[in-house]
Amino acid sequence: MIINLGPQHPSTHGVLRLEVLSDGEIIKEVVPHIGYLHRCFEKHAESLPFNQVIPFVDRMDYVAAMNSEHAYAMGVERMLGIADQIPKRVEYIRVLVAEMNRIASHLIAVGTYGLDLGAFTPFFWIMRDREHILRLLEWASGARMLYNYIWIGGLFYDLPVGFEKRCREFITYFKPKVAELETILIDNKIFIDRTANVGVLPLNLAINNGITGPMIRASGLRFDLRRVDGYSVYPELEFEIPIGEGRMGTVGDCWDRSWVRVKEIYESLRIMDQCLNKLEGDHKRTREFDPQASVPKKIRPKAQELYVRAENPKGELGYFFRADGKSDIPFRCKARACSFVNLSILPEISRGVLIADLIAILGSIDIVLGEVDR
Amino acid sequence: MPEKHEGLVKLIQSFSTEGMVEIPNSTPFGVIIKSEVLFTVCEQLHKNPAAYFDMLSCITGIDNGVEAGTMEVIYHLYSIPFNQSLALKVILPRDNPEIESVNSIWKSANWLEREVYDMFGIVFKNHPDLRRILMPADWKGFPLRKDYKHEEYYRGMKIEY
Repeated sequence: MIINLGPQHPSTHGVLRLEVLSDGEIIKEVVPHIGYLHRCFEKHAESLPFNQVIPFVDRMDYVAAMNSEHAYAMGVERMLGIADQIPKRVEYIRVLVAEMNRIASHLIAVGTYGLDLGAFTPFFWIMRDREHILRLLEWASGARMLYNYIWIGGLFYDLPVGFEKRCREFITYFKPKVAELETILIDNKIFIDRTANVGVLPLNLAINNGITGPMIRASGLRFDLRRVDGYSVYPELEFEIPIGEGRMGTVGDCWDRSWVRVKEIYESLRIMDQCLNKLEGDHKRTREFDPQASVPKKIRPKAQELYVRAENPKGELGYFFRADGKSDIPFRCKARACSFVNLSILPEISRGVLIADLIAILGSIDIVLGEVDR
Repeated sequence: MPEKHEGLVKLIQSFSTEGMVEIPNSTPFGVIIKSEVLFTVCEQLHKNPAAYFDMLSCITGIDNGVEAGTMEVIYHLYSIPFNQSLALKVILPRDNPEIESVNSIWKSANWLEREVYDMFGIVFKNHPDLRRILMPADWKGFPLRKDYKHEEYYRGMKIEY
């Protein structure tokens, strides 16, 4: 039997169509059809100056726009050779907002996953808590989701006065709420029954398929680009990298992936706390501090090719740039989207499972169709 | 990131006798190889315990335009145990670009190669399922080629903008 799942279906997290060939309830083959949200990012990028590409970058992974901006800005700064001239305060603010956005993205991932599996309450809880993050980011940047806040060589604006205090209030408020979310959803008997031993992704398959982010960590590899590459100020910060241990079933099952995401929320809160300490201590706000001071007026990198990668909430986000040295427009700008590569594993791990489990597996991959289709 | 270029260069040279050139100003370090030896070099880079490139991060296609008459495909490899990145580049003729698929070595090549085919029309030989991925199946032309012209009509609908 052939069933079309999507493109308009809430459990596909966007406009994704799955062509399912099934024998009764058992899935024989899944063929994902993507491209419904293709907005020609790479074509647009070939006609715009480097700094004007940033709003397009936002719209790729629209629930974690700060992380995409951070990676993009980092890449162009490396091309210009100004990566080590960025003020420390700017770097700490970047990491702070990126980690806040990482929490927001993981909340969406875990909450909508609960929604897919029939748990309705956690979704409202995460939406309530995520709104606090979005309001803080709106206060800083002026936009709720698509910020254009991190600029090449600096920031759009310094943090507003009192931001650090509000952030601390948020951390104090939020810590018990994550614990609550963990209790009601992750440790829930029904949730465990639906996700443990479902969609097991062995490590060798994960590496061969180029899977990154929480998915490969859930399969048992301690691989986090924040630690491996040590970009920005991450080497100065302390955080653990949680990996899947197979507590409720096999290593690399759907439960492990959700659990890793919740644990990463705690780690992001730790990073936020350390960034706030620095922003109130060594790199305090001063009257003469200008976050746009090192923003170059004309962005014209030398002729070169560069591949930059960074840890997004969903995996390794890579940008490939080719600059021809004659113009301020990239000759080629390719985004290696983590959701795109992670989604390609779906046919492999969903052979022989029930249709209800397919929804569980798809939700645990945590895709954003804006990034899959670009 | 640790840099071990000389060793890597020697290693790749030991796999193939064809001459290879370093990519100028490339981050990470990369080499240009002949398109005929790409598959064997990739296979060796994957299997050889001294290289052990177990992850294929990204495949990029580039069109150099009509005057240059060439297209490029760039493979970004990464070795998790050695923490080493490498870029491999092949240069193809613009008319009838063809290259061996590396899907049997790295499974991640499946969708990445389909995307390159979709955008540039580079044919990957022995690919199990070479269809368009992002564009509709009936789309004409390859949009990221430099000489691509926007169609005025799509299925009889006029496109205005």
